[in-house]
Parts: sequence; C-alpha cells; structure tokens
Amino acid sequence: MSKRKPYVRSMDGWWKKNPFFVEYVIHESTALFVLAYAVTLLVGLIRLGQGEAAWNGWLAALQSPGALVFHLALLVAIAYHAYTWFKIMPITLPPIRVGGEKLSPCAIITGGLVAAAVASLGLIVLVWRIAA
Amino acid sequence: MKTRKRSNAPIFWGLFGAGGMLSALFGPALVFITGLAVPLGLLLPQGTMSYPKMLAFAQNFIGKGFIFAVIALFMWHAVHRIYHSLHEFGIHAGMGAKLLCYGSAFVGTVISAVVLLGVGF
Repeated sequence: MSKRKPYVRSMDGWWKKNPFFVEYVIHESTALFVLAYAVTLLVGLIRLGQGEAAWNGWLAALQSPGALVFHLALLVAIAYHAYTWFKIMPITLPPIRVGGEKLSPCAIITGGLVAAAVASLGLIVLVWRIAA
Repeated sequence: MKTRKRSNAPIFWGLFGAGGMLSALFGPALVFITGLAVPLGLLLPQGTMSYPKMLAFAQNFIGKGFIFAVIALFMWHAVHRIYHSLHEFGIHAGMGAKLLCYGSAFVGTVISAVVLLGVGF
C-alpha cells in the first residue's frame, strides 16, 4: 500500500452540474414532503383518538398562516411527485402489450395522469357528498 | 442442503410502489382537502371535518382502511425513497440508516393501527 494520500475527486454538489440530475434530486426530495404530510395526518389521527377538544385544536392549528403556507408547499411538491411518478412510469412498469403492440410511453403517461385527475376529482366529489 | 436467505428488498419495494401510486393518485387532492379547503372554508360544506363526522369516518370499516393505507403507505413510500437517496449525498447507508428509515415508518404504522383500533367500530 502506498503511504501517499490518493487524490479522490470530490462529489460535492455533483447533481448541480447537469439539469437531468437537478430534476432527479428535486423529484426524489418530494419524498420529504410526502413524509411531512403523512406525519401531519398521523398527528391528526392521534388527536382524533384523544377526543373532541384535541381534534378541534388540531383543526384550529391547520388554520394558522404557517400551516396554510406549509400545505401550499405540500400541494406543489406532492403534485410534482404525482406528475413525475407517471412521467417515469414507462420505465418503472414492465412492458405492457396490447394486441401484440407494445404500449407506447406516451399512452402510459397520459393514462396515469388521466387516472390521477379522475381519482382527485372523484375524491373531492365523494367528500363533498358525504359531508353534505 | 444449502439454504439460501431470501432478500427482503421486494417487500420494501412493494410498499414503496403502493405508497407511490396511492400518493400520486390521491395525494394532491388530499392535501387540498385537509390543508386548504377545510381550514379556509373553501368549496366543501361547513363542518366537513367536524369531530362527529371524522369519528364516524374513522369508525367506518372503509374509512378506517383508507386512513390506515394513506398514513402507512405514504410513510413507507417516503422512507424508502429517502433511504435510497442517502447514498447520492455521500451518506453510506448502513444498518443504522436502514433501521432509522424503515423503523420510523414501522412506528408510524403501529401508532395509526393502535389509534384506529382504539376509536372502535
């Protein structure tokens, strides 16, 4: 073994040099927002289990300006997560054959985005109907 | 005969995929409902998330299942992605990082199951 300290190229900020990797890091970091939202909901569920006063406290906390800004950021990040989830679906999905033809990447992406739009709209309408 | 140890990766990958799909389909609409529409009183009827309504939802079999799936799968999805991104930032993911990531999702899953069972049926 050589006693010399070998030169190791620094990898700091490697992703900033290529727009492809910048996008990769952004879409991977949406996981932090998904986690933050899951924790927010978990806290809400715990408060629900503790009774009416605790639940109303959680609802009031959601009305604070900080919480609203936080949820606006969550909405942007999670919507971007959803978009990228379907954008990479032609790569993450095993090849699908329809009538002997391989399903085109465009059809998979469009199908995913349409499914998400239908699911989102359906959820809002369902919540509205249950609550009304 | 030599016994081969089966990898546990497919389990975590499956939870990641299920959570990713669920959050891609319903995530933005859920954030809009719970974080913006209800607190601001937009669009949805007054008292959409009132205590009696949410308690009834959490006691309903389907409602219970939906809440559990959203919280648990969102967590498993997120921690799997975070765990695999650590390497990208020069953190060599060892057993400690794995335990911290998957462990927190596991704890979140157990807590939500306990609360959901606790609110009754």
